[in-house]
This record gives sequence, structure tokens and C-alpha cells, in this order.
Amino acid sequence: MSVIKNEPVTEQPAGGLLPTGAVPAGTTGSPPRRTASPADRGSVGVERGGGVGNKEDLAKKTRQAVTPFRRMRPAVRTHPDFRVIVDEDKCTLCRFCVLQCSWDALGWDDRVVPFDENCVGCWRCVAVCPTYAIRIEQWPTMYRENHNWTRFIANSVRKQAGSGGKLLVGTGNDKPYPVYWDHLLIDACQVTNPSIDPLREPMELRTYVGAKPDRVDLAAYLSARERHFIPTDHRSVGDPDRSGDPSANGRPAFDRDLRRRLGIGPQLRLETPIMIAAMSYGAVSLNVQKSCARAVAEMGTYWCTGEGGMHPDHYPYADHTIVQVASGRFAVDADYLNRAAAVEIKIGQGAKPGIGGHLPGEKVTADIASTRMIPEGSDAISPAPHHDIYSIEDLRQLIFAIKEATRYEKPVFVKIAAVHNVAAIASGIVRAGADAVVIDGFRGGTGAAPTMIRDHVGIPIELALAAVDDRLRQEGIRNRATVIASGSIRSSMDVVKAIALGADAVYVGTAALIALGCTLCQQCHRGRCAWGLTTQRPDLVKRVDPEEGWQLIANLFKAWSGEIKETLGLLGINSLESLRGNRERLRAVGLSQAEMDILGVKPAGR
Amino acid sequence: MPVEAPRKRQAAANEITIDAEGLHYRDLNELIHQAAAQGARVIDVRNVNGQRYIGAGLRLPVTIRLHGTAGNDLGVFMDGPTIELFGNAQDGAANTMNSGRIIIHGDAGQICGLSMRGGRVYVRGSVGYRSGIHMKGYQDKVPVVVIGGHAGSFLGEYMAGGRIYVLGLDAPAACPLGGGKEPVWRVPERCRSLTGRYTGTGMHGGAIYVRGQVDPALCGREAVISPATDDDLPVIRRDMEDYARCFGLDAGYILSVPFTRLAPKSHRPYGKNYAY
Repeated sequence: MSVIKNEPVTEQPAGGLLPTGAVPAGTTGSPPRRTASPADRGSVGVERGGGVGNKEDLAKKTRQAVTPFRRMRPAVRTHPDFRVIVDEDKCTLCRFCVLQCSWDALGWDDRVVPFDENCVGCWRCVAVCPTYAIRIEQWPTMYRENHNWTRFIANSVRKQAGSGGKLLVGTGNDKPYPVYWDHLLIDACQVTNPSIDPLREPMELRTYVGAKPDRVDLAAYLSARERHFIPTDHRSVGDPDRSGDPSANGRPAFDRDLRRRLGIGPQLRLETPIMIAAMSYGAVSLNVQKSCARAVAEMGTYWCTGEGGMHPDHYPYADHTIVQVASGRFAVDADYLNRAAAVEIKIGQGAKPGIGGHLPGEKVTADIASTRMIPEGSDAISPAPHHDIYSIEDLRQLIFAIKEATRYEKPVFVKIAAVHNVAAIASGIVRAGADAVVIDGFRGGTGAAPTMIRDHVGIPIELALAAVDDRLRQEGIRNRATVIASGSIRSSMDVVKAIALGADAVYVGTAALIALGCTLCQQCHRGRCAWGLTTQRPDLVKRVDPEEGWQLIANLFKAWSGEIKETLGLLGINSLESLRGNRERLRAVGLSQAEMDILGVKPAGR
Repeated sequence: MPVEAPRKRQAAANEITIDAEGLHYRDLNELIHQAAAQGARVIDVRNVNGQRYIGAGLRLPVTIRLHGTAGNDLGVFMDGPTIELFGNAQDGAANTMNSGRIIIHGDAGQICGLSMRGGRVYVRGSVGYRSGIHMKGYQDKVPVVVIGGHAGSFLGEYMAGGRIYVLGLDAPAACPLGGGKEPVWRVPERCRSLTGRYTGTGMHGGAIYVRGQVDPALCGREAVISPATDDDLPVIRRDMEDYARCFGLDAGYILSVPFTRLAPKSHRPYGKNYAY
């Protein structure tokens, strides 16, 4: 049988998914891998205090020093996750599915031949089949019921016994932890307080991100206006659109002077409180980033580059771009910081709190290397900590280094993962001078994270957000920084609930990817995304057209904004500002007293 | 201390002197940025007393001469200027520097040269822990850090490009490396080796050159230790001559001791850690 596959097998899952007799590429077929054990460190190479040994000595010592360790075939061959069923009656033999499958799950032998073991359940073939001839099913195997050794856990053990590696996965936490958004319900006006009709009443979603002053000093404001010859018009206070400023050129100088006099930090103006979270070039394709950049520019909001640098194609959207400074410091230079609208220091990520990241060398293509300003083909390693940040004081130092380098013109965000002590950490970050704190909950997405860390480390964003907002209010410093909630914001109602719990704005990542076609198959880390999102393979990248992509994301944001306005109307308020931290408008269902205490909400019915 | 009006003195065309005494770093840096923007080529700063971020993000071709002790993050994000410091630097000198030159006549603190992408840092004395961590290279940019004395632990950790030199020029006679006969346990830790523990851990690019011997027990397992080869010598010679010129030293004396090289085993040190 001559089976033609659309791509040579370049990588195989190490879980023994191949048919019997096949040799998995890169496993038993390759030479055994050897690794020095920790105890041998230092005994290889040069003797202490002595000269450098000759090559033979070195090789001999190396052989003695290492522990044999190689990839094995698991004792039990696990079955495929999915099976692909092609309805031969419906199939028109167009071969489109075979060409579209980037996972080598479909071959061709005068008909479509499925290789179930390679299928990741991304539905690309299902979606492109003109006659709906393809069906993907869960592999129908009955397991003896076991709530302790679940299928996932047992198969993970088998996989690791074979590979000796850490389990890796993409996308956010998929385990059945409680989603607190789904236990919170929103109030509405009836009779005693009229609701507002958003179809004819203006609804204010505009949000300013940045440090706000402790108090409003009207005298300083008026004297600054006078100084800059800007006519005093009380109706226009705080509204740059109606400032009555005769000379546009005078405006930035006035803003700067006013900010300085009032102690207001630089601000970002959001027309809707939804921004796109950091997804770096490398984690996602350039076309995904282009879609994001154009979408936020059109919608009057912002996106974050992640730590992969800002590609020159995004320069037209620099005014709507937040650049990230992470522990790898990729692409960070004075130009990068000054070109952007704001700078985000990434300390942690909800999906993998406390650990760093590696962009594998094979993904560091020429374009990615030049965007990150690193050598081509070598690993892009982001260490777990920033090596210049070992304390809040050190964080303050980096914040102010960035402020100095941008001459205090850019807001500086600090992004942390939601962890147990998040309230105290956030307080420290605000006191360290950050203009915005981003809290990323443990259900947040990722391009690649160790599975066990993704699934077991961190806390939910809802609880973290409530705790942070409470703490900052108690300490009287809530105004000093904007709070941005992140980590699985799935709908406009999640946005509304987040804002009622105390967030100023939210970041969405996975939702934007879903808008572009993501089907949550969780294989982002393998770089073969059939939807062209989390891959750098040129033939796959083309599957996202930025010209269409930006409209998909912009539509999503427009739809959510409409729903948020409608919700404001039914709450009887006409400004998002009136909802911020207004937990009285939320009620809980099915939560414990402790959870309600942390969230600061009453049970439904009370 | 109240901020006083800056005392400026016009010494020569394109040369400005700033007295930093009692100035907050924000004011001092504003003066330096203003002077550079107004076309000053040489900025002489007197009485530097721990002000941070001097030269931060500066992108103009100026020479800044600092007299005193520079604070943390000297030359952070700097792109082009030359800073000559007659004194010691605190932590984070040349942090994420893109290009330019920092010449330090004294010692430097921790994380000197962290994440540098280009330019040169010459330290006459010694540096603290975590120096040269995650140094990178990019196209024609090759960052170089030369340490005249010794370095603390974690030197060149996660190093991805560039060159670090540790010279041990002032190793005391008691040091075994300097030929001393003191028992090892009586010698201060810094004298047992010019580098601290975990040198070159996780390195996946670039090279660390140590003048004399390296204790392999103190090096990360991702580094390969070998004598510097003939291929390395022209580069080493060029760097050492430049370094010696800056401090009025004899390059021949520096080069009289053979160098040991630490190079990465792999460009992908952690590639095999994962199962899919």
C-alpha cells in the first residue's frame, strides 16, 4: 500500500501512539541520550587545580560519569485520543482534508486514510470538508471506573515512564475547578429604580489606565489651563475631546504640565475596557499579531506584544501597543520602550506562575530572531526570575529604570500571576510605582506550560481580584494604579463581573484566538497549529488572513461592548465607572460563606 | 535634602560640567539628557553620590565622565554613549545595554552587564554576583564584559552571546592562583577561584574566558571547559589591548597567562526536558 502523507513525520508524540512495529522517530531509533547526574557535576572535564586533561581522558571520564537514560516505549501502549471516521458515501475524494491536516492524521491511498494516533481533535478537516464527510469521535474505550486514577493521570504516568520528560501542554487549565464567574449573578432595576435604555442613552465605557491622584486639585487645574492659554470651560473638565483647545500643539505640553501639577501619571485611553493580553511573536504567528494590532487600533484599545519584541509591521499601530519586558529581556532597548504606548513588566503568568519559558531553537526563525534580537536557531530562554528583581525594592528599580528611559511618558504595568499572597504582592507593586497591576488567574492561557504546573499552581482570578481590590482600598492606595484582570475572561458578562469585583479593565487572550479560529485542541506548544495561530510554518501561517482576522476580533469586542452597555442600562447606570468595585450589584449562588466573604458578595436572595 | 539649582559651568565648547551634589537622580538625569540634546559631547559630572540610572536610555553619542560612586542601573537601556566612571558602580551597571561603552575604574556590584545586547563594559576591579547573566548577541552586536579582578557566583548564567573575561589581575599572593602556599581553608573564598559557583550554568551561546585555571566543580554543567585555542587568541588579544589601553595597563602582562574558555555544550540546553 503506497500511502502518501502530506508531510514527513517530524515529531511523534512520545506516548507510544504508533502502530505496533513502527519505530517512533526520535525515540528508540535515535542514539541513547545521556545526561550527567547531579552527583557527577564537577567531576567531568578539568581536575581541580590541575591542568586540562587530554581529549581521551575527558571522554573516558565522561563515559564513566554519566547515567544511562533513554527514551523507552511505554509498557502499555495507550490508544489514540480520537478516531477519524470518513463517510465514503459522502467523500468526494477532493483530498482537501489531507492537505489541510498539519498533524499527519490523514493520508491518501486513492481514498482518505486516517492515522488516528496522530489526531489531536482540532477539527480542521471537519471544517474544510465540503460534504461533511468527516466525523471525529472520542476513542471508544471503556475504562474501569476510577475517580482516583483517572484516564488522564494514568496515561500521563505511562507517557512519562516512556519519555522521562516533563509533560508539556498549550492553552489554559482544562481541569474542572470551580469557575466563580458562573456562581455570580448580576442585579437589575425593577420599578423602584428605573433602568436606562442604551439604545437612546449614551453609555460611557471609556476607561483611563494609569495612576490617578490622591485628590483632585481644581485650583492647580485651572492655573495650568491659564498658563497654557486654554480657555476655562467647566463642561470640558477631564474630556480631551471637548477641551476647547485652540492649538493642538499646546495640548501635549498642557497635559504634561497638568499631570505633573496634579500628580497624575501618564494615561492610556480605552474606548472599551477590553485589551488583548500578551501573546508573543513566536508563541503566535505574525498574522495573529497583525490581526490583534489592527483590531485594537480600530476599537480604540490596546494589545500587548508579549516578550517577543515588536515586529516592524506593527509600527503603524505602536500607539495602541503595550510592549513587554520579561526576564529574557528580548528585544528590549530604548527604541522599543519609547515607541510603545505603555510598557509591561512581566513577573508571572497565570498558567505557569513562578516559572520561566523556553522558545525552542527550532522555532527561532530568522524573522523571530531579528524581532527578538537574538541569534537564529538558539533557544530563547526566559529565566524563572528576573535576575535584577529579587524584592519589591528591586522591582521599583526596574519600574523607574523604564520610566527614566522613557522620560516618564509611558505608563508602566506589572503583570503577576494570581497566587496565595497576591493582595500583599499587589500592594507592594503599587507602592513600587507601577501605573497598572495586571493579575493573571490560574485559568489563563499559555502557548506552552508544563501540564502539572498549569493545572495545579495559582488561584482563580475572581478571588485574587477581589482580594487585591479590598487590600488596595484598605490601604488607601487603590487610585494609585489601575487593576487589570486577566486569566480566562470568556464573555462580556465575565468583563462586567470582573469590573464589579474591582477591576478597571480586562485582558483577553484565548477569546481573541478563538475568534480567529482556535478550537482549543491544546497543542500550541507543538508549533503545528492547523488553524495557523500558534505556528511559524509558512504554509500554516497563511491560514490566518490579518485583513479578515482584525475584523473578527473587532466584531467580538464590539459585540461585547454592546452587551456591557446593555448591562449597564439594566443596572440603571450609564457609566462603567459607576460599576467599578460595586459588588452590591452582584450576588452569589452555590458558594460557601468563606468564598462569599472573599468575593465581598452576598448570597442570592439576601 | 532640598534640590538646589544646578551649578553648571561651561568648560569648553560642547563640554559641560554638572555638580551632582545633593541632586535627586531624576533631576541629574534630566540635566544630562538636556545637555546631550543641546549638543554637548562631553558631560563631566562631579560629586556623583549614588544617583541611579545615569545615562538611562540615552541614545546620543556623548561621553559622560562620572566622578564619585554611581548608583544602581548605570547606563541601563543605553544605546551609544561612553561612560567613564572614576569610582565604583553599584548594582546593575550596563543592565540591558544596547551599545556604547562603560569604563569603571573601581569595582562594580551585582548583575553587571545583565542581558546586555551590545557594547563594552570594562571593570578595573571586581564584580559581584550574577554578572553577565543572559548576555546576548545579535547580528553584528557582540557584548563584551571585562572584569579586572574576580567575579561572584552565577557569572554568565543563561549566557546566549558575547564574551566575558575574568582576569584576576590583583589576586593576592596568598591566593593559590597567584602562586601562594596558604592552605586552601585559610584563603578567602574569592581567592580559591576567580569565579564563584555556578559559572556558566545554562549557557547556550557566547564564551567566558578566565585568565588561568577554572575550578570545574564551580561551573555549570551546560558549559564545556577547555583551554582557549589559537582561534580565540586574536579576539582575546584585541579585547585585552583595548582594555589595557583604557586603564594604562600592559596588555603583554595580561596575556602572559593562558586563558581557559567556557563555551556552551549546546544551543538548546533544555530541549530534551519535555514530553509531548
